[in-house]
Amino acid sequence: MKRFGAFHIVVLVVGFVFLYLPILLLVVYSFNASRLVTVWAGFSTHWYQTLWQNTQLIDAARVSMMVAAVSASIATVLGTLVAIVLVRLGRFRGRLVFSSLVYAPLVMPEVITGLSLLLLFVAVEFDRGFWTVTLAHVTFTLSFVAIVVQSRLLSFDRSLEEAAQDLGCPPAETFFRITLPIILPGLIAGWLLAFTLSLDDLVIASFTSGPGATTLPIQIYSAVRLGVSPEINAASTILIAVITVAVVAFSLVTKRSEVERQRTERRAA
Amino acid sequence: MNQTHRRNARLDRLALIGVPALWLTLFVLVPFVIVVRLSLSESAIAMPPFEPVFDLSAGLAAFAEALGQLDFDKYVFLTTDPLYLESYLSSIRIAGLSTVLVLAIGYPLAYAMARAPRRLQPLLVTAVVLPFWTSFLIRIYAWMGILARDGYMNQALIGLGVISEPIELLSTDSAVMIGIVYSYLPFMVLPLYASLEKMDETLLEAAADLGCPPWQAFWRITVPLSLPGVVAGCLLVFIPAVGEFVIPDLLGGSDTLMIGKTLWTEFFANRDWPVASAVAVVLLVALLVPIGIYQNVQARQLEASR
Repeated sequence: MKRFGAFHIVVLVVGFVFLYLPILLLVVYSFNASRLVTVWAGFSTHWYQTLWQNTQLIDAARVSMMVAAVSASIATVLGTLVAIVLVRLGRFRGRLVFSSLVYAPLVMPEVITGLSLLLLFVAVEFDRGFWTVTLAHVTFTLSFVAIVVQSRLLSFDRSLEEAAQDLGCPPAETFFRITLPIILPGLIAGWLLAFTLSLDDLVIASFTSGPGATTLPIQIYSAVRLGVSPEINAASTILIAVITVAVVAFSLVTKRSEVERQRTERRAA
Repeated sequence: MNQTHRRNARLDRLALIGVPALWLTLFVLVPFVIVVRLSLSESAIAMPPFEPVFDLSAGLAAFAEALGQLDFDKYVFLTTDPLYLESYLSSIRIAGLSTVLVLAIGYPLAYAMARAPRRLQPLLVTAVVLPFWTSFLIRIYAWMGILARDGYMNQALIGLGVISEPIELLSTDSAVMIGIVYSYLPFMVLPLYASLEKMDETLLEAAADLGCPPWQAFWRITVPLSLPGVVAGCLLVFIPAVGEFVIPDLLGGSDTLMIGKTLWTEFFANRDWPVASAVAVVLLVALLVPIGIYQNVQARQLEASR
């Protein structure tokens, strides 16, 4: 009954052309010899060379990487705690408030999150810079980590933990030797998600960063406002390449661990 | 022994909740209270352009006095200048129209994905999500190159003989909508695909056996069954689109009004922090209804999947 005909194929092709053509054009024209982005004048890696000398952009990339790595790591720890609280502790006083605070940054418009965090830093007279952006990024990414880890916690067999505890393993050790290894793929996925979200964020970083902590999106944004330029195309292409490699590597890793998990489960059954 | 054990367990529990709860209070709840407080205070010229937010050392009496001094001027101001009302309405219009467009494009796509051969489906899902992982800013930037006056779209249209002179595509509300449709498409396709994929095919077979033509079966079975996905997808697109800043700023024109952009201007260009805060509070209140509906749909789906 299930029919997959010409109509469906056309829809898929059109849909994916729409999704990928803009990105593809950007990549292709980053190798354009002309200064005009939209006129093709032959293949050249000229813009990658000038990019290499653009210290502002390179510094911004370095800041972004550091902010993303530090904030993703803190967000993964906190997000995992949140997930454990939400999945394992059942009802407790203030649960509704707790979960509302977890989900608030997910639905709040970025301008509001950015504005409110900036006002906090001003109120407590905390100088804006690397740490304010990092704290802001931890706050908005930990919710995403919590959701990813939560789904992993919900799907795994708790009898393994119970068995360990029955055999006299203390709770903390049970967590580190049984629970953590099982939910690790969720933690890695959460970390990667937090990392890319942080790397991508313009609005919240604009509100919370200070002098000396210009992130890559802020730098790209100020360049982009002046119009399209082949150098930004080149920078974008590098970013797209890095993220694509990371995502593909990650999906291969999770796929393999998933296959292994299913194999062990089948063997156990 | 048993008692200390229990006490330790309670302490563990408290610490487990305490650490994230403290963080969330400090960085989500308190900042929001400050925004509300600031929206109710007077603008002061120059350095931090507002009066002290809270003076905790002054105690309860001072707090009560501060309550007495609350100033609703900023909210009154929002109603007197038509700019704000127009920004809110125009945001809702642009976000609403974009949501309809995303649905119109996303539904067939999700439908075709759900119909594709089983082993192809994970690949198709990854292919839809992949652009979402590439920088949002860069995807919007890519459209600047396409829609510009000498951009690829005008070149293509002239090349095909559709138009003879380049037309204004960039810096229009339509460009903003194209940007929203493009960047939020995965948010629509994924929930739709999820609800279409798990649909019971035998229902359609039964309908066919009973003489129901395919298009009617689609309207009377497939569409109603995918409705939760439609609602979730629409809200996932609509809610963030209303507060969008980057897309109207880069693809829109000077007359494109969207509330996220207005807030940004109020804050960074006019440096009127209290008005910016009031704009933020009203925006959030306006979004409470769709956010509430979304939470409701999510909770029900979670219940159903158990």
